[in-house]
Amino acid sequence: MQLNQIMKKNSFEISSGIDWVLVGVYVALVLIGITSIFATTYRDENIIAGFFSLKTDYSKQSLYFLISAVLAVLILLTDSKFFTATANIFYFFGIILLILVFPFHTDVKGTKSIIRFSTFQLQPAELCKIFVNLALAKYLSSIDLNFAKFKSQFIAMVIVLVPAILTIFQNETGLALVYFAFFLVMYREGLPTAILTISFSIALLVVLTLLIDQNTLAIILSSLAVLLIFIIRKQIKKSKSILFAIITIWAVCVGIQKYAVPYFFNHVLKPYQVQRIYATVGKDFQVDLEKLTAEDIKKMEEKKKAGNYNVKQSQIAIGAGGFIGKGLLKGTQTRYDFVPEQRTDFIFCTIGEGFGFIGSLVLLSLYLFMVFRIVSIAERQRSLFSRAYAYGVASVLLFHIFINIGMTIGIVPVIGIPLPLMSYGGTALITFTVLIFILIRLDADRQMILR
Amino acid sequence: MFNQSRQNVIRLIIFVAFSVLIIRLIFLQLVSSNYDNLALDNAVNKKIIFPDRGIIFDRNGKSILENTLTYDLMILPTQLKGLDTAGICKILKINLVQFKERVISSIIKNGRYRPSVFEASLSVESFVQLQENIFRFEPGFFLQERPIRSYPYKAAAHVLGYVGEVDSNILKRTNYFYQLGDYMGLSGLERYYEPVLMGQRGVRYQIKDNKNRIVGAYEKGKFDSTAIAGRNLRTYIDIDLQVMAERLLKNKLGAIVAIEPQTGGILVLASGPTYDPNQLTGNLRKANFSWLLRDTSRPLFNRAIKGQYPPGSTIKPVGALIALDEGVIGPDFGLGCGGAYYGCRRAIACEHKNPGHASNLRQALANSCNSYFSHIYRLAIDNPAERNTVNGYLRWKRYMNSFGMGVKLGVDLPSEDRGFIPDTSFYNKLYNRSWSSCTNVFLGIGQGEMQATPLQMANLMCVIANKGYYYTPHFVRSIDNALVTDTILNVYKVKHDVTKIPDSMYNIVQLGMQDVVERGTAVGARIAGIALAGKTGTAENYGIIYGKREKLANHSWFVCFAPRENPKIAVAVVVENAGFGSTWAGPIASLIVERYLKDSLSQERWKEVERIEGKEILLPIIKTKRNKLDSLRNERLKKNQLNMRVEIPTLSVPINKKKKIILAYHLNAIKSNHEEKFI
Repeated sequence: MQLNQIMKKNSFEISSGIDWVLVGVYVALVLIGITSIFATTYRDENIIAGFFSLKTDYSKQSLYFLISAVLAVLILLTDSKFFTATANIFYFFGIILLILVFPFHTDVKGTKSIIRFSTFQLQPAELCKIFVNLALAKYLSSIDLNFAKFKSQFIAMVIVLVPAILTIFQNETGLALVYFAFFLVMYREGLPTAILTISFSIALLVVLTLLIDQNTLAIILSSLAVLLIFIIRKQIKKSKSILFAIITIWAVCVGIQKYAVPYFFNHVLKPYQVQRIYATVGKDFQVDLEKLTAEDIKKMEEKKKAGNYNVKQSQIAIGAGGFIGKGLLKGTQTRYDFVPEQRTDFIFCTIGEGFGFIGSLVLLSLYLFMVFRIVSIAERQRSLFSRAYAYGVASVLLFHIFINIGMTIGIVPVIGIPLPLMSYGGTALITFTVLIFILIRLDADRQMILR
Repeated sequence: MFNQSRQNVIRLIIFVAFSVLIIRLIFLQLVSSNYDNLALDNAVNKKIIFPDRGIIFDRNGKSILENTLTYDLMILPTQLKGLDTAGICKILKINLVQFKERVISSIIKNGRYRPSVFEASLSVESFVQLQENIFRFEPGFFLQERPIRSYPYKAAAHVLGYVGEVDSNILKRTNYFYQLGDYMGLSGLERYYEPVLMGQRGVRYQIKDNKNRIVGAYEKGKFDSTAIAGRNLRTYIDIDLQVMAERLLKNKLGAIVAIEPQTGGILVLASGPTYDPNQLTGNLRKANFSWLLRDTSRPLFNRAIKGQYPPGSTIKPVGALIALDEGVIGPDFGLGCGGAYYGCRRAIACEHKNPGHASNLRQALANSCNSYFSHIYRLAIDNPAERNTVNGYLRWKRYMNSFGMGVKLGVDLPSEDRGFIPDTSFYNKLYNRSWSSCTNVFLGIGQGEMQATPLQMANLMCVIANKGYYYTPHFVRSIDNALVTDTILNVYKVKHDVTKIPDSMYNIVQLGMQDVVERGTAVGARIAGIALAGKTGTAENYGIIYGKREKLANHSWFVCFAPRENPKIAVAVVVENAGFGSTWAGPIASLIVERYLKDSLSQERWKEVERIEGKEILLPIIKTKRNKLDSLRNERLKKNQLNMRVEIPTLSVPINKKKKIILAYHLNAIKSNHEEKFI
């Protein structure tokens, strides 16, 4: 059987086993992306000349697509075992790159995460997603691993969180948050449901803290607890420990919403970050002005101005699209640079304004289909490595799509992460291409056991 | 089982996440509709296109206010990279430091992406050099046409007024009819006839980008409307006469008003000192305005309609008419005057002592007998028909008001003043209700509390010339392409009847006034071959100097009309603090009348014009204060090494001859770029 596989490999039919549906969705999304970039940046120049000049953004993105395609073919030509074999080496390479950023970074738009070689810019934090995904899959698929053990869970978290922390130190909180997507992979591989439930509960509690007045929320929580005790008073009579559990949960909840969240906001996060979070729920951030330095205030003002402006303009653009949109190149908002960073982080506006709700729905369906497809691919893998890796790809994609589009329509704070495959930018496109095509390569060998 | 449930949970999470996005999109794109308008507001710029303002012509069809073009050098700070800045500096004759300063100040003013004025109203020399070489400096620099108002005769500044940018007050008052940055008439005819002169604005919709740069027309101009040019005004003004009047008032404070009695059309309205109206055009306005405002001789003050002077003896013909109309005297009424009036407790001095100088009305007028007119004033007030002084005075005041005294006449200029004829309440307050015709007997000779504007006095002459009626004085005879809806001129077609006195009595007053010139107080004003009827006035007045009330030199008045038999012109002249009416005001009025009626002046009379022009009559205090201001200004000029007073020839092209591009010079006094440093 195994021999048979190797035989097949040697015959070098790279097309065999490849999930053409996924490839098709991938190509479609990249092409939509290039069209959108064209729609935003086209300025009445000669289109054909524009595409070959390599000076326009859409021609550059096309070039990145070409490079991605070459890389994709190279990946498809690579033996799947190469990825399992080199996963750890790549991971450490990635970490070293992340550390090298600190002495060698170039300051570009306030981020400290970019290394520049002449004209080429490298953002290791972006690239590391691939390495972390591979390394996590590698660890989770180790033969002697018992993921039920706390120790193994802890090691998995460390693998994910080390690059995240390094990224935070590079002023790229948004990119760092992406790494939390890998918890979904761990959940699939056996991380206790309780952890997921608790994290979601805490997230819900934090959002509620933002939305509802502290004391009101405390009263609501308390009355809920009292109500619960009243309803299940018979069970409580039988076992006092239930009462104790309820009281503990109540205490933790109130503690979080009344003390932990304010403490976290005032002492851990930077004021401008808190402000952004508040801006998303439509509230003004009340700060203790005495505690702020002049620099903080200045930064807050800047970020507030930029953040509010971006989100407002992008919402206006998307809202103006209506049901069927204004048509390609017809959007007044997106065509005339109203939305800043539009070809990169706010590329979704172009679809929203130009093609309206219908266009947005089609695009979202395409993304949803892709993520579901990847989950299905994951579930058909024989080897744990491939499955974990596939879930990693799905999680990262989901996170990027949700945060990016959510940000343009104003339900998520402004976090500068690109829309997968569509946003302008070589690093992002190449990263996602590599992520997806490694998956396609692994999937082509889904009968193989990889560790 | 375990795997199955977990993968479903993950699928559910994915599905929920996408659902949240779609629900939000439904709200954003399908439910709330105002985002569409917001986008339009954002991206479409509604540009108001101002039409050329109407032109103002004088009675002979000469344009006295027209539109010309000047050129500004504009800068676009974002496009400066790699430009030949040294070349620009060389053409504009500035150094690199000044260049940098200007760039920085324009960035501060308008930002990097919007053009600002780098040099306003280019001189001919700079313009010619720039026009040839502008391609070298584009797109960082470019030339922009700026239509400005120009005054080819440099005259009638107070009449024509000026245009300027609207301020927030005007915006509110006009209910935001104007937009910030629009120009409108701010004074004079420009203001009064603003709706006629401005024409109809056009609207152009343009697409702009996020930096407010215009990218192109919206929907290919489907919603645009074109501008309709303002309509021209035809006035009664005789511009040559106006120019001469302004010459005659040079270095003097005062006013000259000349009216055509039959129509009420104003031929001349000059106020001294005046200024070159070209100083208040374009972006030179602000800087020059502030200097004019500070001048102690108040050149911006229109003395012809706002100067309030005691009319002195010039009121006497009116006193005579009132007494005649009331029937308290007849034309033969005479008074023995021995040099003073003793009817009241104090003696009122009269200039004449010889017996018989007031033997009848005509004589009394010719000799301007104070006793006579004090007496007939008292007769009018104490008219037995009115039973008491208060009623008598009220009746007298009604007469004065109907003559246009103490009320606004309604001339077509903004901010006319009413002069002053006191009400009975004024005297009740002042004298605690106990006053008689003796208390305010000075009103009879145009002194006391009475005040009148030169326009009112000229109008008075019209009433006498017309023998009992007048038309409200006004400048504009007609509006080109007048519409039925143009009601603005209707008020000037209404005849105002003042008295019911028969013409025969008017003839006596007129003859008395002719005697004034022929053999009375104003023989110096006599014009050979023209029957001039006039009246001198020498008005006592007081001023506050260094906090002390002081009697100042008398105002010199002369009012007249001519020819007596068929009046064509009525004139009022006042020269502040110039002494007797016959000394300065008389000769000035005489020159105006002669020039107008004869259409020319003899060599000899031109010499007289020059003599008067060369005479400076200013109170010492005004001169001292003005000199102080001037020296302050010179100090600052030295400090800043700027030639503020040096007049810079500026390029200007008449708009109606735009295609021919005739280069003309006009002088502008102060460069605007430095205005901030002085204010």
